[in-house]
Amino acid sequence: MYVAVKGGEKAIRNAHRLLAEVRRGDLGVPELSVAQIKEQMSLAVDRVMTEGSLYDRDLAALAIKQARGDLVEAIFLLRAFRTTLARFAISTPIDTSKMKAQRRISATYKDLPGGQVLGPTFDYTHRLLDFALMAEGEVPEVEKMDASDVAMPRVTDMLDHEGLIEREIVDDEAPIADLTREPLDFPAERNLRLQNLARGDEGFLLAMGYSTQRGYGNSHPFAGEIRMGEVEIEIVPEELGFAISIGDIFVTECEMVNQFKGSATEAPKFTRGYGLAFGEAERKAMAMALVDRAMRARELGEEIKAPAQDEEFVLYHSDNVEASGFVQHLKLPHYVDFQGDLEMVRNLRAEQKQTELKMAGE
Amino acid sequence: MSHAQTLEGYNFAYLDEQTKRMIRWAILKAIAVPGYQVPFGSREMPLPYGWGTGGIQVTASIIGQDDTLKVIDQGADDTTNAVSIRHFFARTTGVKTTERTESATLIQTRHRIPERPLQEGQVLVYQVPIPEPLRWLEPRETETRKMHALAEYGVMHVKLYEDIARFGRIATSYAYPVMVNGRYLMSPSPIPKFDNPKMDNMPALQLFGAGREKRIYAIPPYTKVESLDFDDHPFEVQKWDDCCALCGAQDSYLDEVIIDDAGGRMFVCSDTDYCEDRRAQGHYGPLGQAAE
Amino acid sequence: MMTIDINAAPLLSVQNLGKDYGNLVACTDVSFDLWPGEVLGIVGESGSGKTTLLNCLSAQLAPSRGAVIYDTRVDGPRDILEMTESERRLLMRTDWGLVRQNPRDGLRLGVSAGANVGERLMAVGARHYGDIRAEAANWLQKVEIDVGRIDNVPSTFSGGMQQRLQIARNLVTEPRLVFMDEPTGGLDVSVQARLLDLLRGLVTRLGLSAIIVTHDLAVARLLAHRLMVMRHGRVVEQGLTDQVLDDPQHPYTQLLVSSILQP
Repeated sequence: MYVAVKGGEKAIRNAHRLLAEVRRGDLGVPELSVAQIKEQMSLAVDRVMTEGSLYDRDLAALAIKQARGDLVEAIFLLRAFRTTLARFAISTPIDTSKMKAQRRISATYKDLPGGQVLGPTFDYTHRLLDFALMAEGEVPEVEKMDASDVAMPRVTDMLDHEGLIEREIVDDEAPIADLTREPLDFPAERNLRLQNLARGDEGFLLAMGYSTQRGYGNSHPFAGEIRMGEVEIEIVPEELGFAISIGDIFVTECEMVNQFKGSATEAPKFTRGYGLAFGEAERKAMAMALVDRAMRARELGEEIKAPAQDEEFVLYHSDNVEASGFVQHLKLPHYVDFQGDLEMVRNLRAEQKQTELKMAGE
Repeated sequence: MSHAQTLEGYNFAYLDEQTKRMIRWAILKAIAVPGYQVPFGSREMPLPYGWGTGGIQVTASIIGQDDTLKVIDQGADDTTNAVSIRHFFARTTGVKTTERTESATLIQTRHRIPERPLQEGQVLVYQVPIPEPLRWLEPRETETRKMHALAEYGVMHVKLYEDIARFGRIATSYAYPVMVNGRYLMSPSPIPKFDNPKMDNMPALQLFGAGREKRIYAIPPYTKVESLDFDDHPFEVQKWDDCCALCGAQDSYLDEVIIDDAGGRMFVCSDTDYCEDRRAQGHYGPLGQAAE
Repeated sequence: MMTIDINAAPLLSVQNLGKDYGNLVACTDVSFDLWPGEVLGIVGESGSGKTTLLNCLSAQLAPSRGAVIYDTRVDGPRDILEMTESERRLLMRTDWGLVRQNPRDGLRLGVSAGANVGERLMAVGARHYGDIRAEAANWLQKVEIDVGRIDNVPSTFSGGMQQRLQIARNLVTEPRLVFMDEPTGGLDVSVQARLLDLLRGLVTRLGLSAIIVTHDLAVARLLAHRLMVMRHGRVVEQGLTDQVLDDPQHPYTQLLVSSILQP
């Protein structure tokens, strides 16, 4: 006698217990603390905060622990938590020119006011496995220069003084889209596109940005400036009417400077691509800046032919929480639909066989 | 279940009241323009996209303390995803849940419409993966929105024409496109076309939520829903030679179940509640009697 | 051969049309009238702006300036640039046809020949499969495609057949005006000749008006009643086809004509 498959509940419960056990791993190895993740896996924490669009190092570290180090899963956890948070205020735009920069480099000028500050970077390291880290390594002493008081004018502002780069015209009255509250709408304006890219999957943006460098919508980019460090967050409470600081966040900003050939009404000049991410996330910020510039093809009157220039393609596929969910939903049962196809294929095959028999008989 | 036993630190039905209100506005607009896909600010949910986030958000926005909730996937109450979603609402709302179609005020479904005809006052919430019926013919949202705005639906018939030319019949067996209220072409979500006629003139309210694609659409009670076809190739639903092996039903959608590795198989009702109900009333199929 | 009702209004009236790309002028100062039943050829070398002009005329591209007035069946003369998109799209699938140089751009390659021809009928409400199929078969015959191929996809067709299928797909709703962009380009000479013959027969029999862009003066001579010669985005000469080709006035036209006469 056949009994319809029951016991879904029990199976789920057991699977989740097993997950908890596997997450913990060998009990002989000390458990990883959230604090350890926060301090020692800080770049993973930064990525999860950026794509999870929630600036909270502790929760991001917790999400990484809970997700067994699967960052896309951790991002998903953080996003799902973010949904439940109330919105108290909307901050004023951060001013990255006043950043207390820990790193600041420009590829367009050998030296510039404020200097080139390397900061903590993988750049110029030799990628050799450091077996000393297998043991508990000691940290070498660092000679630190306090660069926080040195003025660091933006590279793009310097170009702007000469009139060589397009002006970023900000209309304070224009409504700013909010991707976390409203669905995407096309054509998508730049503020909406940048929001999408900021939350977008680093790997996806990297590939898209890379494709522009390989001829799929080339925009002749230069890394005008990359800076990372702390900036102040300010809000203007209605009852006060003036801005107050509510804390600092650490961000990475990239401003790409790109060629533009000019048009009938405009002389040739440089254009901008912009990237911003929470924490130390240079690769993400640079890729974002490339893709931002590529997607400005429409407003700049350039021919749209490469994937990275196609805003609908990029914006609809950049979000890894959406993508991961939908790819993996194929694991869910589809037997009702499959039944429909099964019947159809069977009938068609039977009919074809009959036709063949009839033909053979004639 | 009392309210005290629900999930701590979260609002009733997980979403905050502002978000629920925003979603209800979208639902109202969807009801006012039957079959039209209303964009809405879909939120991240603790369940993954593609696993029912649209349906869950719709349910979360309209569920109240007095509701009785039923959740089905593939017609059944006990499939893993249905269990998981029912648990989610049990934990976040504490409302009564049921497996009985007639006792539910609110039914969330994936891929099926219950066999028992729904009544006035009931709400059926569909989980929708791809809300756009024209998506396979035109990948661009900007273009498909234009096609809807201008009611340019000829290309859908091109697909049906092609089916008949190749197979002698319309070969679409699920997610079979419908025309709602004579105006908007709509995807019924991947329900089998067997269920399409139930949508027409249904006394219950039908709501469709697509979370990842951020769209909500609706069919108000007693609305005309026509499945697309040709005058000389009218729409038809699936039929089986077998009846349900457990309850003997000949009017329900049947799942095929493989019972051994020698190609043996049987057919059982996909709607588990309907099947159990029939057996409780003394209807048995060839294998059902022995079980009792 | 050509019968033009001189009392009728022009079917299409183009006034000072121009299109720029950045500081590049693709075409400018183009004005002409097209009469019902008339075939106009636009000739010139590649880069002369003739395809840009065709795209502006057929509402594929927004011009930078000028007007394109079309004599609609219902409302009389209207500037297509001031129509709503919905009106323009309706025009595109009923009263107008557009035959592209590469048939792959004008066909649905993944669906059968019958569906390609039937699409326009379904778009305007045909809902009887048998009737649609019969009409598709009828049109395949008219463009000399074996009706036995009705269920084959166009990718299995030769280039000449694809182009004939594209023509059938456009003519099935009996449009009044057809735009053609190098309709014989990319085809072998013998295939070209057959297609030209077919086109000429259809245009005459259906009383179509057409605007044909071509760099091939032989094509222009066979199909067009009147010619417009373009260079650097401007019309340098226009007139009756025989006049322009046998007695060219502009040095550039003279050069064009002499280059085909002395290969």
